[in-house]
Amino acid sequence: MSTLAPLPVVIPLSVAAILSALNKFLHRRISEALAVAATVATGVICGVLLLQSQAQPVIHWFGGWTPRAGVALGISFVIDPIGAGAAVFASLLVLAALVFSLHYFDTVGTLFHVLMLGFLGAMCGFTLTGDVFNLFVFFELMSASAFALCGYKVEEPESMQGALNFAVTNTVGAFLVLSGIALLYGRTGALNMAQIGRTLGGNLDGLVITAFVFIMAGFFIKAAVFPFHFWLADAHAVAPTPVCVLFSGIMVELGLYAVQRVYWTMFDGSFAAHRWDLRALLLTLGSITAVLGAVMCFGQRHIKRLLAFSTVSHVGLLTIGFGVLKAGALAGVTLYVLGHGLVKAALFLVAGLLLHRFGSVDELELHGRARDLRATGAVFFVAALGLAAMPGFATFRGESGIIDAAGSIGQGWVRAIFFISGVLTAGAVLRVWGRVFRGMGKGEEAETAGAKKINEGRETTQPSHGIPAVMFAPAFVLVLLAIALGMTPGIKHAARTAAMVMQDRASYQARVLEHAWIPVAPAQEEHTPMGKGLAWSFATTAAALLVAFLSLSRYWPSKHALTRPAAITVRGLRSIHSGHIGDYVAFLTFGVAAFGVVLAALVHFH
Amino acid sequence: MNRRTRLVFFLLSAAAFAGVYLWGLKGLPPVGHYRGPYGDVLNRVATYERHVTDVVTAVNFDYRGFDTLGEEFILFMSVVGGTVLLRRQREEEKSEHRDESLADQSPERQAPEASDATRVLTLALVGPLVVFGLYIVAHGQLTPGGGFQGGVVLATAPLLVYLAGNLKKFKQITSHTLVEVTEAVGAGGYLAIGFAGLILGGSYLRNVAALGKTGMINSGGTIALINLATGLEVAAGFVLLLYAFLEQTLEIRLRGGK
Amino acid sequence: MSFFPYVLAAWLFIIGLYGIVTSRNFVHLVICLAVLQSSTYVLLLSIGYRVGGVAPVFAGVKVGTPAVDPVVQALMLTDIVVEATVVALLLALALQLQKHTNTLDPDKLKALEG
Repeated sequence: MSTLAPLPVVIPLSVAAILSALNKFLHRRISEALAVAATVATGVICGVLLLQSQAQPVIHWFGGWTPRAGVALGISFVIDPIGAGAAVFASLLVLAALVFSLHYFDTVGTLFHVLMLGFLGAMCGFTLTGDVFNLFVFFELMSASAFALCGYKVEEPESMQGALNFAVTNTVGAFLVLSGIALLYGRTGALNMAQIGRTLGGNLDGLVITAFVFIMAGFFIKAAVFPFHFWLADAHAVAPTPVCVLFSGIMVELGLYAVQRVYWTMFDGSFAAHRWDLRALLLTLGSITAVLGAVMCFGQRHIKRLLAFSTVSHVGLLTIGFGVLKAGALAGVTLYVLGHGLVKAALFLVAGLLLHRFGSVDELELHGRARDLRATGAVFFVAALGLAAMPGFATFRGESGIIDAAGSIGQGWVRAIFFISGVLTAGAVLRVWGRVFRGMGKGEEAETAGAKKINEGRETTQPSHGIPAVMFAPAFVLVLLAIALGMTPGIKHAARTAAMVMQDRASYQARVLEHAWIPVAPAQEEHTPMGKGLAWSFATTAAALLVAFLSLSRYWPSKHALTRPAAITVRGLRSIHSGHIGDYVAFLTFGVAAFGVVLAALVHFH
Repeated sequence: MNRRTRLVFFLLSAAAFAGVYLWGLKGLPPVGHYRGPYGDVLNRVATYERHVTDVVTAVNFDYRGFDTLGEEFILFMSVVGGTVLLRRQREEEKSEHRDESLADQSPERQAPEASDATRVLTLALVGPLVVFGLYIVAHGQLTPGGGFQGGVVLATAPLLVYLAGNLKKFKQITSHTLVEVTEAVGAGGYLAIGFAGLILGGSYLRNVAALGKTGMINSGGTIALINLATGLEVAAGFVLLLYAFLEQTLEIRLRGGK
Repeated sequence: MSFFPYVLAAWLFIIGLYGIVTSRNFVHLVICLAVLQSSTYVLLLSIGYRVGGVAPVFAGVKVGTPAVDPVVQALMLTDIVVEATVVALLLALALQLQKHTNTLDPDKLKALEG
């Protein structure tokens, strides 16, 4: 059994406990150094596990409780390339966030680092586990750390409201997941994912559908898919920058990861005959999320909220990728998650830099003020291109994987959704770049369709006149990585193989329950013509630039008769995002109920 | 949405939700007919394999010990989070140098002094409560109980002291640093015991201590040790939470203001 | 009768949601969340119940006597303690909210619109 497997969870949690014990005695520099060291160690170990898992998934049975006659007695870690890759990515982003917060960030003794390390340990456990209740426990640990980190700025009342909205919706989601797990336990008498998958077999009755709906809905709440997405913008508007980096970069994506893991290990057998019903539902849900997020993104003036809505939009695209239910699309999702996470993190770090330097993240208030921050502006601009999935970025590779797979089952129309999302989200970010870093467009006097100004207080001490290297370097490195991943050969093939491993239910079960060695069939060479994808991608990027330029110029029709219906729709959408927790939970209930009713109807009438 | 729309929207959704949930529940075996196999296998083997009579504790700290580790850290992070969220901000000060006389407190926070009956009863209970808590923690592997339950009971002892006296007395008997360190030691202890299992037994949280005789208090090997660590951690965690809440509501005031 | 506990679990979940949606006070809202949480406990514990089974504690009871499921009980008891602290976390948020805005009514908070 691998001795490295428990370490990605044990190391961050141990260091967190140590930092908490020595809270009052440690100098800040030492606690920072310890936190960074723990994160690096975790990342390295996850990397080693990633390499080890290429041959066969790495398995570790806690307490030495190996299964007997197909009944799992203990908890297992089942580490396959996608899980280990997600853990490595989580460590990388936590490292970037910690480096960003060195020296300047207003920490409370060592407790900020304790919470960050707890968050990291939870994410690693979440991605590596093979037991469904263990998944829930790490989900809760992730959430507890996240709630506290979100409400970190206690001096601001909006902070408390945003954190409460986040906490209440996500806790309801967690209990939904637990209810689903209970239903599965009642049917199968097991908590191990491989064993549940095997016991469920191929039947699809009310209990399996309801359990699936509950678990998916619970994780979709974390992933901020429509209609569960309302909390995301609120949480991002109030959380400190390093925390936003983690939320948008990896935390919501882990919600989707869990959906995929749970589906491919436990439910695919039951849904095999009804894949098209599930596809219809997921593709629709993903498309609505993508378009809604993109439209809302464009109308924001608070930069962090703008970026949050763009995350919602891209999560919609990821849901489409999952919904295609094919290996090529899953590989695309993996690459897209990496690419999007890297550029989104970089964008948030730049926003944090602006907050540090100017005390504001309001687009209009910052008009023209960052003209002399050339390097930062360049990073921001390039990252925006990554959002549009311009060729050369990992997002392009992911996107083409998803669209090609969708095309192969006749759903090539999703290309249009990717186009809309790319144009509007990248366009919004490019607009911000133009206004803030170039002084284009109008300043505070401009009215962006009635967007209210949200005051964001400072989160750093000692505002300086330059750009601290610790704040700039992480953003720069992350963007470089996004391009590197987009251009390195062989990445697509590795992703494809990893996706096939994740989808192979029979091998997973045999490996976990019988310790059998099943060779992984190598992925066939993909030779899809690249021309169409390249053309569309360049078109998206060009359109985004055009939209950004137009919205900054005086030719932007704000009161024109033709755009009035659009303006009214946008205003209607904005009013639904009311910030009121009751609305959010009402939409949550509606979403779960609709999901259940639609899926049940689709399955029944086919 | 205004209240009425929201309510109607919710009620319709809830009806559909109820329909879906009940439809799913229909597929469960009727209550009272648990079919296993997980629970049945464990009921049969736990006492033999680990020399403990309380199978629930064996499940908690051995078979599914990693889950419990995660849960313990959820508690830990929530306590840290609570401390972070209830911290004293720059514009606030602690009014501990002032006497907590009734005149100083704002009208909503006035509480009458504890009566003599309350004081006698609560103080008389503190001792038995601590003993009882320790008993529950120590006997977790024999009878229903364990670190979590006993820890919570232990944490109520300082609370009783607060009820009998005032916040100053509470702070006198609970040194904040000591409680913080205890909590971290409890959490770290669990991790360390698991690590010992990794080094000595090849897998994390493997039970590598002497198993002892069934029915004796030192049975179960590492189960007993983890029990104690958990008891410490839970008790300390709850005391810290109490501390933070009491301090926030009773002592922290706006600087120079009310 | 043999499905009543399940129906109870469903009812608790919905009534908890109702409380959250119509709440006028964040402290009340957090307690409704706790009600929602107890729905999962009822569900899990009823799944593990066995008619005529003893408690899974074999002190003085012969091993092999039909007993109820220990796994769900183990899951639940740690969960209860843990969720108590999560509720504490949420109440801390509510406390600070009240301190700054002087209100706990979700209807009155307008800062995060749009």
